[in-house]
Amino acid sequence: MTVIDVRLWTVVCSYDRLPPERGVAALVGDAQVAVFRTFGGDVFALDNRDPFSGAYVLSRGIVGSRGAEPTVASPLHKQVFSLVTGECLDEPGVAVPVYEVRVRDGDVEVAVP
Amino acid sequence: MSTRQLVVVGNGMVGQRLVEAVRQRDPQRRWRITVFGEEPRPAYDRVALTSYLTGTTEEELRLVQDGCYDDGCELVLDEAVVEIDRAARRVRTSAGRELAYDALVLATGSRPFVPPVPGADLDGCFVYRTIDDLDAIRDRASSVTSGVVVGGGLLGLEAANALLALGLDASVVEFAPRLMPAQIDRGGGEVLRRKVEALGLTARLDTATERIEAVDGGLRLTFADGSDLDTGMVVFSAGIRPRDELARSAGLAVGERGGIVVDEACRTSDPAIWAIGECALAGGRVYGLVAPGYEMAEVVADRLLDGDAAFAEADLSTKLKLLGVDVASFGDAHAATPDALEVVYADPVGGVYKKLVVTDDASRLLGGVLVGDASAYAALRTMVGQPLTDTPEQLLLAGPSTSDLGDDAQVCSCQNVSAGAIRAAIHDEGCADVGAVKACTRAGTVCGSCVPLLKTLLTQSGVEANPALCEHFDVGRAELFDIVRVTGLRTFSELIARHGRGRGCDICKPVVASILASLGTGHVLDGEQATLQDTNDAFLANIQRNGTYSVVPRVPGGELTPEGLIAIGEVARDFGLYSKITGGQRIDLLGARVEQLPAIWKRLVDAGFESGHAYGKALRTVKSCVGSTWCRYGVQDSTSLAIMLELRYRGLRAPHKIKAGVSGCARECAEARSKDVGIIASENGWNLYVGGNGGFRPRHAELFASDLSTAELVALVDRFLMFYVRTADRLQRTAAWIEALSDEHGDGLAYLRRVLVDDSLGLTAELEAAMEAHVGAYTDEWAAVLDDEEKLSRFVSFVNAPDAPDPSIKFELERGQIRPVVAGPTLEVVRR
Ligand code: SRM
Ligand SMILES: Cc1cc2nc3c(=O)[nH]c(=O)nc-3n(C[C@H](O)[C@H](O)[C@H](O)COP(=O)(O)OP(=O)(O)OC[C@H]3O[C@@H](n4cnc5c(N)ncnc54)[C@H](O)[C@@H]3O)c2cc1C
Ligand code: SF4
Ligand code: FES
Repeated sequence: MTVIDVRLWTVVCSYDRLPPERGVAALVGDAQVAVFRTFGGDVFALDNRDPFSGAYVLSRGIVGSRGAEPTVASPLHKQVFSLVTGECLDEPGVAVPVYEVRVRDGDVEVAVP
Repeated sequence: MSTRQLVVVGNGMVGQRLVEAVRQRDPQRRWRITVFGEEPRPAYDRVALTSYLTGTTEEELRLVQDGCYDDGCELVLDEAVVEIDRAARRVRTSAGRELAYDALVLATGSRPFVPPVPGADLDGCFVYRTIDDLDAIRDRASSVTSGVVVGGGLLGLEAANALLALGLDASVVEFAPRLMPAQIDRGGGEVLRRKVEALGLTARLDTATERIEAVDGGLRLTFADGSDLDTGMVVFSAGIRPRDELARSAGLAVGERGGIVVDEACRTSDPAIWAIGECALAGGRVYGLVAPGYEMAEVVADRLLDGDAAFAEADLSTKLKLLGVDVASFGDAHAATPDALEVVYADPVGGVYKKLVVTDDASRLLGGVLVGDASAYAALRTMVGQPLTDTPEQLLLAGPSTSDLGDDAQVCSCQNVSAGAIRAAIHDEGCADVGAVKACTRAGTVCGSCVPLLKTLLTQSGVEANPALCEHFDVGRAELFDIVRVTGLRTFSELIARHGRGRGCDICKPVVASILASLGTGHVLDGEQATLQDTNDAFLANIQRNGTYSVVPRVPGGELTPEGLIAIGEVARDFGLYSKITGGQRIDLLGARVEQLPAIWKRLVDAGFESGHAYGKALRTVKSCVGSTWCRYGVQDSTSLAIMLELRYRGLRAPHKIKAGVSGCARECAEARSKDVGIIASENGWNLYVGGNGGFRPRHAELFASDLSTAELVALVDRFLMFYVRTADRLQRTAAWIEALSDEHGDGLAYLRRVLVDDSLGLTAELEAAMEAHVGAYTDEWAAVLDDEEKLSRFVSFVNAPDAPDPSIKFELERGQIRPVVAGPTLEVVRR
C-alpha cells in the first residue's frame, strides 16, 4: 500500500515577525495555532487552546525551559506544556495538539491536518 | 476513680500554662479545674503587652485557645478569690461564691511596686502591667505631650519606649547610677544610655524622686537634689512585688521581702496548696520572668498527676530590643562567681559593648552582657557552663559557631526546649520551617530571641526552605536584586547565563522583569523584557477567563470629574464593555479583545486618563476619603494627599502588589489600615501605618510613625517602599515581609524603624534617591505603546489575520450588559 503524504502547508508570517521566546497566534482554516520561537531559534506550533480554561490563549504564555525541554506556561493558571510534545508537564494525561511547523524562505509555515 | 477538684487562683500567663499542662497530662480528666481570674479578660501575653499600644489587638494577645475550657474545666473571670479557708479546704470569691478544693494553686503574679512618694496616687500617675493600665495610659497620652517613667530597669525602658511610640517626649528617672542595673553592668549601662538618648529618650540617673505635685495641667516631679521636672504623666516601673496577700492572710509562709515560700515541688507550707509564677518564692528567689513560671507550672502539673518533677534554679537570661537597641545578659552577668574573669569589648562610638564572664582558667563560659549587638546571644547562652570551644576573645568578636550545639543545650529558655527536642521535631515530626517548629515545640513563641537558632538548626538539618527561586536560579529574589544592582547586568539572557541555567520559566522571568523595572530599564515591553512579563504585564491589562481583557482607568484617590465619568462611560458603550465599580475606587471595563486594547487606551488618553494597574505587582490604588475639604470630621486633606501619593508611586514594580489608603480622621472611612501603606490624619499631621492587607489572611497595618508632616511622610514612605522592593521575597506582601523580618531580627517593625528612621544601615539617602529616580522616569506605559509600531504589532488577534476577532469569544446579555459565554466542560484530556 502506498501512503501519500498530503500535508497542506500554510504560511503564517515571516520568521522575523517571531521574536525569540514569544508566541503569536495564527488562524489556519478553523484552527487557532500558537507558534513559538525559542531562544535557540527553533520553531514550534501548538494548538492555541488552553485545555484547562477553554480559552484560546497559549500563544500569550511565557516561553522557557524545564530541564532540557522547551516549554510554555499558560497565561491563565500557569500550567506548563512541552513545546515538543504538547504534553502538560504539571498534569499527567493532559496535552494539547502539536502541529508541524517549518521555516522556508524566511517564512514560517504550519501544517494543519 | 473519683474526680478531684483543682482550683487555680489567677488566670495570668503562668496560671493558664498550668491549666494547659494539666489538661495535656490528664486525658482521663481526673481533675476538674476551676480558674478564678481577677482581670475581666482571659489570660493574655503580658510579655508582648507593649505591642498592644502599637496595634496588636487583645484578640491577638490572647493565650486561651478555643476549647480549652470545656468538659470539666471552667474559667471564671472578673472574680477574685478573697479568702482561703485551709481547714475546710474552701475558697471564697469577691462574688461571695464558695468552692471546695482538693488542690489549690496560687498563680496570682505580682503587682508593680509604687515607691511611697507623696503624690504617687495623683491623677496622671500610672503603672504598667495590664491591658487596662495600657488603655488608661493611651487615654492620657492623647491629651499630653510628655511623660516620665520612674524606674530605668527592663520594664521601665519598655514603658518609656511605649510613651515614645505614643508620640510623647519621654524621660526615664533611675535611682541607680546606670540603666537596667539588675541585668547589665556599668560599661553596658553606659553604652545603653548613649544609645537610647540618641534615639530621643532622656535618662536621669542617680536620681531619687521625692514628691509629685499637680501643677497647672500636669504634674511636677521634685528630686532629692532639689531640681524638678514638669510632665504630662508619670508611669511607675520601679520593680514588682509578689501578690502574696491571699497567702499571707491564710497563714501560709511568706518570705521576708514577700513571695509565697515553696519547695522544689512548688508546694507551699500547706501541702494542699501550691504557688507558681511571680507570686512564688522558690529557692529563696522571686522570678520576674515568664520562663521560670512556665517551668513551675509544668512541675505542679506533673506532681498533681503523681509525678515527681522538681523545680531547679532557673536561667535569668534576658534579651530584648529597646528602642531598637539590643540588650542581653545571661548566666553570671555580674561575675559573682569567685575568681571569675571578665573579657570586655567596648566600642562607645559604634554603641557596642560585649562582655563575657569566664572561669579563672578561661576554660568555661559563666555568663555575659551584650549591648548594641546581641546577635550571638542565643548561641552563647546555650554554652553557659560548657567548656569553651574558642578563646573568649574569639567568641566575643566572631561569635560562637552553632554547628556543635549539643542535644542537651537549651535553645529556647522561655519554653525550656533543647536542641535535641528541636532536632526531633525536624526529623521525626517533619517540621520544615520556623513556623512548624514553633507550633510543634513551642520554642520561639515567647520572646522570640531563639528564632535565629531555630533557623540555624533547620538549615543544619538540610530542611530549611531552599531560597532558590526555581530550577533556573539558586538564589531568592532579594539576592537576585542585589546581583542585578551590583553587577550592572540588565538583560535576562546575560543574567541567566552567568548566574543561572536553562531558559527560565513563569517564576523567574517575571521576577527578573520586576527587578529590571524597579531599576529603571525603560518600557516593560522593550526588547527582551517583553518576553519576561507575566500574563497581564505582557498585554498591560488584566486577562479574564475567556481570554479577553479588562481595562481599569487610573483614578488617583478615587476623584473623578463628571466629564471623566462620561468619557469612561462612552468608552464602555462604544466598545461594548461590561462596566463595574471595583473594590478599589475605580471603574473596571471588561470584555475587551486583545486587538481592541490600543484603541481603548487611545480614547482614554485623549480624555486625560491613563489605563491603570489593576494587574501587575505594582502600586494599585491609593484609596481616600473626602477628608477635611468636605467632611465635617476631617482634620487633614486626605484626598489631595492620596492623589499626590498615587501619582508619585504609580508604576512602581514590587515583589507583590502595593495598596495604600489615606483617611482624613480616625474614623478611617478609607480603610487605610487594611493597606500595605495606610495613612490616617491626626490633628498634628499624619500617622503612618504599614503592613496591612485584606485577601486570604487579613491583617491590620501597624503604627510606624506618628504626627508626620507631609514631607516627612513622603520621605518615610519612599524609604519603606524602596526597601520592600529591594529585599522582600517574590509574592510576599508587606505584612508577610515584616513577619519574615521579625523572624530574622526580633521585632520586624522595630528593625524597620532602625533602618528607615535611624538609618542604621546608612541606606536612607540611597532609598530616597532610588525613589526619586523612579518618580522622575515615570511614563504612561500604555500611551507609549500607541507611539511604537513594534509594540503595537503585538496587539493583534492573529498574526495572519490581525483584525479577525477570536471566533471563540462569545457573550450573552445579563442585566443589560455582556457576560462571557463559557463553553461547556473546559478540561479536555487528550491521551497520547
Ligand atoms: C477588579 C477587582 C474586583 C472588583 O470588581 O472590585 C479585583 C480583581 C482581581 N483581584 Fe482583587 N480586585 C479588586 C480589589 C481587591 C481588594 C479591595 C481593595 O483593593 O480595596 C482586595 C483586598 C485588599 C488587599 O489586596 O489586601 C483584593 C484582594 C485580592 C487578592 C488577595 C491579596 C492578598 O494579599 O491576599 C488577590 C490575589 C493576589 O493578588 O495574589 C487579588 C487578585 C485579583 C485579580 C488580579 C485576580 C486575577 O489575577 O485575575 C482580579 C483581576 C482584576 C481584573 O481582571 O480586572 N485580589 N482585591 C478589584 C480591583 C480594585 C482596583 O480598582 O484596583
Ligand atoms: C510590660 C511587661 C513586659 C514583660 N516582658 C517580659 C519579657 O520580655 N520576658 C519575660 O520573661 N517576662 C516579661 N514580663 C514578665 C511576665 O509577664 C511575667 O513574668 C508573667 O506574666 C508572670 O506570670 P504570672 O501568671 O505569674 O503572673 P500574671 O501574668 O501577672 O498573672 C497573675 C494574674 O492573677 C490575677 N490575680 C491576682 N490575684 C488574684 C486573686 N486573688 N484572684 C483572682 N485572680 C488574681 C491577676 O489579676 C493576674 O491576671 C513582662 C511583664 C510586663 C508587665
Ligand atoms: S475618615 Fe474622617 S474625614 Fe474621612 S470621611 Fe471618614 S469621618 Fe470624614
Ligand atoms: S528564648 Fe524566648 S521564645 Fe525562645
